[in-house]
Amino acid sequence: MKITKETIEHVANLARLNLSEQEKEKLTLEMASIISYVDKLNELDTEGIQPTSHVLPVQNVFREDICSQSFDRDTILSNAPSSEDGCFKVPKVVE
Amino acid sequence: MELYQLTAHELGRLIKDRKASAVEITGSLLDRIEKLDSSLESYITVCKEESLKRAQSVQDKIDRDGPVSPLAGIPMALKDNICTMGIKTTCASKMLENFVPPYDATVVKKLYNSDAILLGKLNMDEFAMGGSTENSFFKQTKNPWDLERVPGGSSGGAAASVAAHESIFSLGSDTGGSIRQPASFCGTVGLKPTYGAVSRFGLVAFASSLDQIGPLTKDITDCALVLNAICGYDSMDSTSVKTDYPDYTKALVNDVKGMKIGIPRDYLGEGLNPDVKRAVLDAAETFRRLGAEVEEFPLPITEYAIPAYYLIACAEASSNLARYDGIKYGYRAEKFTDLLDLYRQTRSEGFGNEVKRRIMLGTYALSSGYYDAYYKKALQVKTLIKKGFDEAFEKYDMVIGPTSPTTAFKIGEKAENPLEMYLVDIYTVSVNIAGLPGLVVPCGKDANGLPIGLQMIGKPFSESTLLRAGYTFEQNTEFHKNKAEI
Repeated sequence: MKITKETIEHVANLARLNLSEQEKEKLTLEMASIISYVDKLNELDTEGIQPTSHVLPVQNVFREDICSQSFDRDTILSNAPSSEDGCFKVPKVVE
Repeated sequence: MELYQLTAHELGRLIKDRKASAVEITGSLLDRIEKLDSSLESYITVCKEESLKRAQSVQDKIDRDGPVSPLAGIPMALKDNICTMGIKTTCASKMLENFVPPYDATVVKKLYNSDAILLGKLNMDEFAMGGSTENSFFKQTKNPWDLERVPGGSSGGAAASVAAHESIFSLGSDTGGSIRQPASFCGTVGLKPTYGAVSRFGLVAFASSLDQIGPLTKDITDCALVLNAICGYDSMDSTSVKTDYPDYTKALVNDVKGMKIGIPRDYLGEGLNPDVKRAVLDAAETFRRLGAEVEEFPLPITEYAIPAYYLIACAEASSNLARYDGIKYGYRAEKFTDLLDLYRQTRSEGFGNEVKRRIMLGTYALSSGYYDAYYKKALQVKTLIKKGFDEAFEKYDMVIGPTSPTTAFKIGEKAENPLEMYLVDIYTVSVNIAGLPGLVVPCGKDANGLPIGLQMIGKPFSESTLLRAGYTFEQNTEFHKNKAEI
């Protein structure tokens, strides 16, 4: 599948990345070469082959819903780039 | 012989016999780091005062009760994507430059409980994405055998620090070869355990279905000691496996008689450096001489492993790295117009080029209209790769081959061509895709005197088989005695 500058812009938006014009041009070429390489998988007939998402026979892992010790607020906020009054601070979201 | 040159089991003996203290040993390593690391650049953070303090308290405990654990008083270092409470864990990224985890990874807790001493945190490719440690935001770790060459990656600092005697052992992480390839490039032992054998709790996620923590050590005995300390079920990791984990030191037996070993013919083909090929075939001959049955077999699925791997790894990375948005922790851009722009600016400024490239590739592979063609296809190929190994292990106890097609390359040599850099993972990625254990031991040198690592692959939870073979190989060869002159 052909990778164009528009593809790159669309994907960058989905990935929440801002790219410079130069980055877009470079990524268009690089992604095109990588994608044409991974298209090699189409040589393999996988009709009827089950996809494996997990190598182990692990299904859902449940535990009892019990209260246990967690982190206090200050500890969690200590890595926040911006906080105020015990909350994470973000730009205004709702007008 | 200086203390820093010894293995963990040799130092353990000195500690037990009261011939060296944890404080002396830790001091010896810290001096070595101070002298050497400005040129080697394997550490991002060195915990000088904390490690000496901890060494003193461990020594007090040893004086009181004797060394309870074989790792008591042994200085170690950790790849900087393994969370350490109160100590910066950066993933070699601007995004996490100032991140101080409020908790310890399970493996860290376990090593602290074994009374090992943490020297510091090691350089890596940003978010473990790369094979040369050139993608670190902070520094370029060198190969101790030749400072103009890369140490491999992404656990480049972990391998270089052990090879240059700046740590006695280290932990790395391996998503597509990130323990095994640097171990091969730096001439150390490196083990990627079976998926689920070592808890990933506290390992910063790259590709969750492939990531696994493992040790880099100076020899096989140390590898078994560290594996004993870190493996086991952990309720904090839902992919952790409940099974009986053996005492891996019991596997340190010098005997491979009757062991059935397969070499995938597809691991010896085009693109393999002739020196590496010779070293691997010589190793096969050594096993044969020691009584193992060795034969070649076809594993044609090999050529599809890289495309499948990069699709799966990047898809999972694009999802895992979505959490870096500048809100709860990590870097936040200074200038932005609104919330969406905050996300975008933060991620654009905080991530390096390779990380962005993989997020883009993964996002593309998961995007509407392409999911079936790429991600689902890759998971179907995963089924075929697993099947290929399942069939091999019906015939063989172990599969051996090269770790990387080449020895350590020059810094900058492959940096401009991402696809070329991806292709060198050809012999390592299948092991992650199939969830198998892979052990690397030094097996020779190339014409430039650079180390070559033999890769040994086993069925799930057959680490004992690999360690036994590795131990036997070590006892009957001299390769592990070769040390970088630095």
